[in-house]
Amino acid sequence: MIRLAVLAALGALVATGAAAGAPPNAADLESEIVCPVCETTLDQSNAPIAERMKAFIRTRIAAGDSEQVIKAALVAEFGEEVLAEPPGGGFGLLAWLLPLTALAVGAIALAFLVRAWTRGRDPDAADEDEPLDPQLERLVDEELARFDA
Amino acid sequence: MGYRARLVAQGVAIGLVALLFVLLAWSLLHDEGGDLSKQANRGDRPAAPDFTLERLDRDGDLQLSSLRGKVVVLNAWASWCGPCKEEAPFLEQVWRSHRDRGVVVLGVDAKDFRADARRFADRFGLTFPLVYDGPGDAIGAYGITGFPETFVIDREGRVVRAFAGAVNGAAERAELRSAIAGAVS
Repeated sequence: MIRLAVLAALGALVATGAAAGAPPNAADLESEIVCPVCETTLDQSNAPIAERMKAFIRTRIAAGDSEQVIKAALVAEFGEEVLAEPPGGGFGLLAWLLPLTALAVGAIALAFLVRAWTRGRDPDAADEDEPLDPQLERLVDEELARFDA
Repeated sequence: MGYRARLVAQGVAIGLVALLFVLLAWSLLHDEGGDLSKQANRGDRPAAPDFTLERLDRDGDLQLSSLRGKVVVLNAWASWCGPCKEEAPFLEQVWRSHRDRGVVVLGVDAKDFRADARRFADRFGLTFPLVYDGPGDAIGAYGITGFPETFVIDREGRVVRAFAGAVNGAAERAELRSAIAGAVS
């Protein structure tokens, strides 16, 4: 059993290594790079510059460059805006963190609001929170006394 | 949440939505797209946005404001742009015929590969200064929406005339020469 587990782990490691060494896929890269003129990803554009960038990607793949090297070359020409996904560090990290922070803050605010609303509609809670008008309270007491008598 | 607090929250929300509508209306009424060109062609002479860009024709950078005191014919182009190919020989001719009169033709290659831009310059024998704006940030300040576009900037760094599209027709070429002559004098 242990031997089987070790073999499976080794197999997984070999498969991961093979995938890491595999040449990048042109179609994948074209969906991750933005055309600087039409501002859609390359796979959705046939603008002259997009076609030129697709040709550049294919040439670099044929030359044996990795995905990171090709992306870095495109960033050196067109700036970081050319990446469909912002980089995971520096200022680009904000693009990932801000929506998550906004989502968390929104969820917390919503939870507070829902809690407050449900409490407000609880008749028992309303009784506790808002004291009766003294005149009304006296009338209720009188009615109750009459009812008891 | 009390009734009054709820009313306040609703009021704030409605207020924010109203504010967003006001901002939207304001931005639509004050659309700045291509405004620099419009201002220049109205005769307002807006200041030319300054930039420092890497040179394509030699090593180093070039700052637009370093050309203050000269008339600058700023042409935004790209090697993949068809009309730019037709326009390039004319701009070279303008440069050669006006350079002794304090006129600089400045080519700004944008949204392009450097190598393609250099090949373009070699192919058309361009000898005027060329700078590179790969991301297009510098020309973005000029409100450029397509290629090519040309701006005539006077000696004080103000845009006196803008041409959207190629200056390829006889009438446009005469207009460009006239704008340069006006800025030189």
